[in-house]
Amino acid sequence: MINTGDILETIKMIREEHLDIRTITMGISLRDCAAEDMNRLCTRIYDKITKTAEHLVRTGEDIERDFGIPIINKRISVTPIAIVADACGARDYTPIAQTLDRAAAVTGVNFIGGFSALVHKGFTPGDRALIDSIPEALASTERVCSSVNVATTKAGINMDAVALMGGVIKKAAYLTRDRDSIGPAKLVVFANVPEDNPFMAGAFHGVGEPDCAINVGVSGPGVVRSAIARAGDCSLAELSEIIKRTAFKITRVGQLVANEASARLGVPFGIVDLSLAPTPEVGDSVAHILEEMGLACCGGPGTTAALAMLNDAVKKGGVMASSQVGGLSGAFIPVSEDAGMIDAVRAGVLHLDKLEAMTAVCSVGLDMIAIPGDTSEETICAIIADEISIGVANNKTTACRLIPAYGCKVGDEVEFGGLLGSAPVMEVGRTSPARFIARGGRIPAPIHSLRN
Amino acid sequence: MRAVITVIGHDTVGIIAKTSAVLSRHNVNILDITQSVLGDIFAMVMFADISACSVPFRDLQNELEALGTEIGVQISAVHEEIFNAMHTV
Repeated sequence: MINTGDILETIKMIREEHLDIRTITMGISLRDCAAEDMNRLCTRIYDKITKTAEHLVRTGEDIERDFGIPIINKRISVTPIAIVADACGARDYTPIAQTLDRAAAVTGVNFIGGFSALVHKGFTPGDRALIDSIPEALASTERVCSSVNVATTKAGINMDAVALMGGVIKKAAYLTRDRDSIGPAKLVVFANVPEDNPFMAGAFHGVGEPDCAINVGVSGPGVVRSAIARAGDCSLAELSEIIKRTAFKITRVGQLVANEASARLGVPFGIVDLSLAPTPEVGDSVAHILEEMGLACCGGPGTTAALAMLNDAVKKGGVMASSQVGGLSGAFIPVSEDAGMIDAVRAGVLHLDKLEAMTAVCSVGLDMIAIPGDTSEETICAIIADEISIGVANNKTTACRLIPAYGCKVGDEVEFGGLLGSAPVMEVGRTSPARFIARGGRIPAPIHSLRN
Repeated sequence: MRAVITVIGHDTVGIIAKTSAVLSRHNVNILDITQSVLGDIFAMVMFADISACSVPFRDLQNELEALGTEIGVQISAVHEEIFNAMHTV
């Protein structure tokens, strides 16, 4: 029988240290919805999603209650819409995004991901139509999230796609200028995108996935931070063990919830994503873990080393706790969603260059970073290219979620509300990469992609 | 099926009696109780068999929480599996 100390520890983690399940995400294939007519396509998509996910939110709430563990988000991911819609021949996919938004509202989920295209080697007409539709799609919907995979280690980097994304992001920011340019906060540009990621805004249901799957994302930065605080002045090797043990416990709860959700919904279990996902709430910050490890401020010297160790220990602890691990699995560093990161930017300690270095040792990338509204399209493309190169060269996922906040300058703040938080506008380099970006074409795959 | 009921708060007269009365009324059998009092903070952990519970688990949870509010302590009842999952390999 479990002892009292263990029980009280679990209750303390939930009540005081923000232990929660960040998301139960139902992946739904829409491959059987393809149609030549846009109205028919939208009807099929709506019907499939609303039928398949009918009980998702209520089941999530039941599990939450039965086990006393908060499940913050219930979400849906779908097959990349560029694949589903290719046959319909339309040039504007906004109606599909609006259909997804309605289906999300009816099922009660707060985000639906998959307004996406995989263009790491080139475009189909559907891919182009989707990318061109992103700004309007994000501006005219609330819950729809979009992503574009522009590179893989195997294929190299599609720089023609990278060159398009600067304009797409700026247009999405402009069309949502009355809402602090929230549009691009729901758009992720990826390298090596995982096909079973439960976290938004980059979730979609990959083409190798079953008809439907349950993927769960865990969280718990507050629990890890408290465990480190209790450990006092121990060595880094001891600290790594403490983080591993804590990550094991957190992930076991994720696995339990995933098994329950899968059984109750009659849907196969996909993966548990072993991530440390912060929220803007005090006590739920990855930056504060790094500071508890011994840094005066996140972003200063030592940050990359501390983050690398944290990320590694989280994975080592989590992997034994789950039968199937996938998704992004690592510590997230979204600036606007992490109270400690926001403070570090405000204090002038955390800069874009350091964030880029940090993304080489954790998931996922330059995430939720507000930049000046007058940043040129080419500069945004070049920042994306830099970040994507880190992923391609290191055989890992990287991504960019940049928000060129319309009308804002360095030092201004934008407020997205809820889980998306608020972001101080950060400085970007001002020298021009225009000639480099204008060259287009593909950056070839690195030599170590040839592993066969 | 087993549930774990925890009561945390300031020690007062009758916490166990009142909690047990709710369980007894709904045919929930108490398997084990441990309690500790640190200063004036009272922590009780109770294992209970809910297989023959006469009301849905949700209603039992609500009733226990309401009792907690009434006597000024936090009472929670959850399925035992979460603790097994977290603390056993």
